[in-house]
Amino acid sequence: MSPVAERHDPYVAEYGRFTSSRGAAAPAWVKARREQAQNQFAASGFPNTRQEDWRFTNITPIAETEFALASGAFALAPALVAGVNVPGAVRLVIVNGEFAAGLSDLSALPKGLRIASLRDGARDATDGLESHLAKVFKLAAHPFAALNTAFLDDGVAIMVTAGAAVETPVHIVIVTGADLPSQASAKGGGQPVVAHPRVLIVAGENSQVRVAQTFIGTPDSVYFNNAVAEVVVGQGALVQLYTDQRESDQAFHVANIQAHVEARGVFESHAFSTGSRIMRHDIGIGLKGEGADCTMNGVYLADGERLMDTHTSLDHAMPHCTSHEIYKGILAGKSKAVFNGRIIVQLDAQKTDAKQTNRALLLSDDATINSNPQLEIFADDVKCTHGAAVGQLDEEALFYLQARGLTRADARDMLLHAFAGEVLEGLKIPALREQVEANFFTRLRQGYGGQAQPDQGYGAQAPQSMESR
Amino acid sequence: MLEVKNLQVRVEDKEILRGINLTVKPGEVHAIMGPNGSGKSTFARALAGHPGYQVTGGAVSYQGQDLLDMDPDERARAGVFMAFQYPVEIPGVNNAYFLKAALNAKRKQQGLDELDAMDFMILVKQKLKVLHVDESMLMRSVNEGFSGGEKKRNEIFHMAVLEPTLAVLDETDSGLDIDALRVVSDGVNAMRSPERSFIVVTHYQRLLEYIVPDYVHVLADGRIVRSGGRELALELEEKGYAWTEPAGARK
Repeated sequence: MSPVAERHDPYVAEYGRFTSSRGAAAPAWVKARREQAQNQFAASGFPNTRQEDWRFTNITPIAETEFALASGAFALAPALVAGVNVPGAVRLVIVNGEFAAGLSDLSALPKGLRIASLRDGARDATDGLESHLAKVFKLAAHPFAALNTAFLDDGVAIMVTAGAAVETPVHIVIVTGADLPSQASAKGGGQPVVAHPRVLIVAGENSQVRVAQTFIGTPDSVYFNNAVAEVVVGQGALVQLYTDQRESDQAFHVANIQAHVEARGVFESHAFSTGSRIMRHDIGIGLKGEGADCTMNGVYLADGERLMDTHTSLDHAMPHCTSHEIYKGILAGKSKAVFNGRIIVQLDAQKTDAKQTNRALLLSDDATINSNPQLEIFADDVKCTHGAAVGQLDEEALFYLQARGLTRADARDMLLHAFAGEVLEGLKIPALREQVEANFFTRLRQGYGGQAQPDQGYGAQAPQSMESR
Repeated sequence: MLEVKNLQVRVEDKEILRGINLTVKPGEVHAIMGPNGSGKSTFARALAGHPGYQVTGGAVSYQGQDLLDMDPDERARAGVFMAFQYPVEIPGVNNAYFLKAALNAKRKQQGLDELDAMDFMILVKQKLKVLHVDESMLMRSVNEGFSGGEKKRNEIFHMAVLEPTLAVLDETDSGLDIDALRVVSDGVNAMRSPERSFIVVTHYQRLLEYIVPDYVHVLADGRIVRSGGRELALELEEKGYAWTEPAGARK
């Protein structure tokens, strides 16, 4: 037996238990999709660094930890949810992959918005989940999303009626973990858990909605959150999706967001990431109709020995589509980051206008980033620009601010705020933005504090390190 | 106010200042002139505490404090201001927001209450008017996309708001047309007072027609080679910098 097969054996065994217990009640079409995904995952196994898409991200710590499939609520969850409350929003809580009605708050549910737990929604044919769920992405390209699909059981579905402009934001809180050993019951207190939360957003023609997903978990504990969100943006619809990743520092966070945008539809993805020991984001957007537009922005903060990997993929399949992408990273300590930004412009996609920018600030000599723009252009009448820059804080700018009276620490904060601000200000849910910014800058100071590096002063700018192929 | 004794400064491995002596009393305006490479701007940056400028000898006392022992921000909060020769563009940092933070850092040090956004705007609008600075400059990122003239005006605007005790203007006149020069000079002249001193670093005599100095010093090869009154600047204009070179250097 090859080592690859060995690593995912436990999941194959777990799948057998899952389908005969918790997963047994699902409708036939769900079971079929699970089975297909399971076969795919069993064949491919966990990715390894010999594969191009995983070259710089070694997921061995995930593959070699024995996780137990988590189920439902734990005692600490309500307090964790309360800590990220966004007043006025429709709150949907997913605990360890399962929709938690008791922690959710649908009192603000406006007209035009339909919400269902995936478990219920899948059984009720009226919502048409069957035509979308596990249909937006390709299993073969995404081993972790295949794994999620094999364990497809619950989560939330958000459906926006055609023509409805929903102003009330939807806040999905995805909580993962278990009670700390001292609080846990005798059963299953010690073993780290894995959850496969799932979100489906379907926006009907000319509808509008803002959705945020906040990822949190038991602080300082090891768990594996393997999330998938699928988004279907109908003709002329607008979906703004915010991903607010604040997982435990010990956690493994793998999330896949895949969106299809129909003609004249607009999709925005904004990701703000500060947590987890290993993060892997795969964000894929298919512009499937003429005149579709998308924004794909993100800012992440890495410190300690953490690894933050973002793989974005934009498929310009039709003419006259536009895309805007800005990813920014701040790296301290011995952290690592990976950014891979793929843009495909298909033969038919004339008049494409695609912009991609990737910037990273390295706050220490030991932090590294691998940045890789990847443009594949088959049409001839297109505008595609990409830029990648890796550097340090501008010493002349620091001196300028200091020479006006700001302490060096304040000057540095001001420059970092300015750097991250361009992406953070895209979050159009004010109450959540306050939280996200506060968290971001608190983490930033902690990252610095833990570093305790002597000031390098002027002239000590390290050579810019960056890899581009 | 300021006592500079035998100041020696190195940039990277090059010795630029070879022993500057200068005394500035409250209310005085001193002009530092000299050819390119004489060390004028090095002197200004060393006073501001630029980390790239290494002091290798001498002493600088400012209001009885050891200036060289202070970080750049400590110097600023103690009332030393330098108008940059090349103001730095800082994308994403709002000019007004930054200036408010700078002013409040100084006020806090002085034991004064920090100004809130409202009081700050009232103060700032008065200063803008005097300097003929467009209000839109406040809402832009610091110096980003500013024209050369706008950058220099913004420096003087910062100075007007921060009200320093000692202002060092590093070639503020370079690149300014005559109208901008007049505006900048008017701004400086409006701030002259018996308690506030200026060190005006310039290559050209022209600026000194607008900002009339009490003393003129000529810098050559890292030393002050001549000092005098205003008439020294006129003499320089007439005879050129070659005239100031030490007798030995001309042979």
